[in-house]
Amino acid sequence: MSFEHLNIDHVSMEFPTPKGVYVALENVNLVIEKGEFVSLIGHSGCGKSTVLNVVAGLHQATKGGVVLDGKEVNEPGPDRAVVFQNHSLLPWLTSYQNVELAVKQVFGKTKNKNEMKEWIEHNLALVHMGYAMHKRPEEISGGMKQRVGIARALAMQPKVLLMDEPFGALDALTRAHMQESLMEIQAELNNTVIMITHDVDEAVLLSDRIVMMTNGPAATIGEILKVELERPRNRVELADDAKYNYYRHKVLEFLYERQHVTGEKQAVSKKEGKSSQLNVVNPRVA
Amino acid sequence: MYASVFKNITSEDLKAMIRALLLPLIAMSIFLGVWSASAAQVQTSLGQLPGPADVYKQASNLYDEHIAERDKEAAFYARQEERNAKKLEANADAEIKVRSYTGKATFFDQIITSLITVFTGFMIASLIAIPIGIVTGLSNGLYQAINPIVQLLKPVSPLAWLPIVTMIVSAVYVTDDPMFSKSYVTSAITVTLCCMWPTLINTAVGVSTMDKDLNNVSKVLRLGWLTNIYKIVLPSSMPMIFTGLRLSLSIGWMVLIAAEMLAQNPGLGKFVWDEFQNGSSNSLGRIIVAVIAIGLIGFMLDRTMLLLQRRFSWDKTAVLR
Repeated sequence: MSFEHLNIDHVSMEFPTPKGVYVALENVNLVIEKGEFVSLIGHSGCGKSTVLNVVAGLHQATKGGVVLDGKEVNEPGPDRAVVFQNHSLLPWLTSYQNVELAVKQVFGKTKNKNEMKEWIEHNLALVHMGYAMHKRPEEISGGMKQRVGIARALAMQPKVLLMDEPFGALDALTRAHMQESLMEIQAELNNTVIMITHDVDEAVLLSDRIVMMTNGPAATIGEILKVELERPRNRVELADDAKYNYYRHKVLEFLYERQHVTGEKQAVSKKEGKSSQLNVVNPRVA
Repeated sequence: MYASVFKNITSEDLKAMIRALLLPLIAMSIFLGVWSASAAQVQTSLGQLPGPADVYKQASNLYDEHIAERDKEAAFYARQEERNAKKLEANADAEIKVRSYTGKATFFDQIITSLITVFTGFMIASLIAIPIGIVTGLSNGLYQAINPIVQLLKPVSPLAWLPIVTMIVSAVYVTDDPMFSKSYVTSAITVTLCCMWPTLINTAVGVSTMDKDLNNVSKVLRLGWLTNIYKIVLPSSMPMIFTGLRLSLSIGWMVLIAAEMLAQNPGLGKFVWDEFQNGSSNSLGRIIVAVIAIGLIGFMLDRTMLLLQRRFSWDKTAVLR
């Protein structure tokens, strides 16, 4: 019926609150091709995570839906692996065991013991964590944890890799390293990726398309920017590249001129933004 | 070799060590002094309230009685064997009788009985409370439904449960050849009823406050219900479950003594009661020995749970004390 790889089809999302219905998303419409790297960017509380959760199947859209390879998404599953912002590794398992849990669940019936072991080690090597695979999360740094989180997601061989601000909690240097690794992996595996980010440089460096979202409530896609930069991309060379700076400027312009928010609201951290979201009631509905 | 061990001990370490030993020692001597002095002022119908020295004397008496009883038992079995051997010598087909020794239980036998009873009650409580706690923690509705019942039953004293439990055990546990005595079953069940609540509540709270992201990981992986419990929910709430288990075991031990007194289960509770009824001039001293033993065993049970928690809980950063 449909030939698109991933179709986010007129998705609207409403949450009931004690004060009335809160409309988080309205009419989000996006078609993503196979192997495409798409970033979602927007201010805090604009519903980026909600889009990701709907694609993941963790939330059900109130209106519209998500179709992946011709099948409607209505529950979470390993074909849409998620890399969470705060790694969410199981703290009582080693890196190896964390990936193993996913591999056993996905390939338990198709791979034998040795093949599974090889596959786990392969994926940990891919994120350069081969040397620390028998360490527990508490023994490794934040960047390393996030690497293991990515290895766990990749090991599921997902059709779509969903990343919710994967490098948001890392320092700038580690973040740059992680971006390089992600580009390498992407070049090798050609995954379809949807990544949420706050970071304009990250979005331009990594993406094929940048989806810019308007502010909530009733957030939707404001503008889509196609990034036509040659791959492999090198951040140092791109720093002086006119095209790169043009894309960067475009995103900044959208975020800070067209989607201007007051300083006070901007200062609200992500977490608080989420909870305050629930206190804002859409005047049209309430 | 030993020199190298001591070389690293600085004078600071030494001071800390001395403090750690000295301060409790000073407190203990003050305590014993106050006890000794004030006990001398109290006259009871059973004589003067025993001080530390009298209690020590009773403790060694109890130990001697235990050894004497063991010797008597050994002698009994030796006599029985000798008698049977003689019978068999006279007639190879003779019917021989083997009787077990039925001497009175010593203080140490009673400690063992108490420990077995409290473990039985505690085990049953854990086996009930942990699964219910998990299910309750997973479902908000179930938690709201069960919570009032738990809060209502939690503060009930063992002395209130005991008559009910006794009647039920007498009515239900009827066999010609009972494997366990009724007093044992009654005491263990009373312990269960009183000590299951902290484990239940802590498990439920541990499960319900689980990291939401871990829950999402489980959903993305499509883990089955049981796998989810076994791989994600149970390990992540392990620290809270252990906190509950520790509280439960201390409560269980406290409750047991009361339950044994009334149920006449031959443990420490019965020992205290019997000594009280006995009313000899040694009774108070012996009861105080029991009090100290109860305290020491309770302390050791708690330490054992702490060791288990350190061994089995992944959260090594938690401060356990």
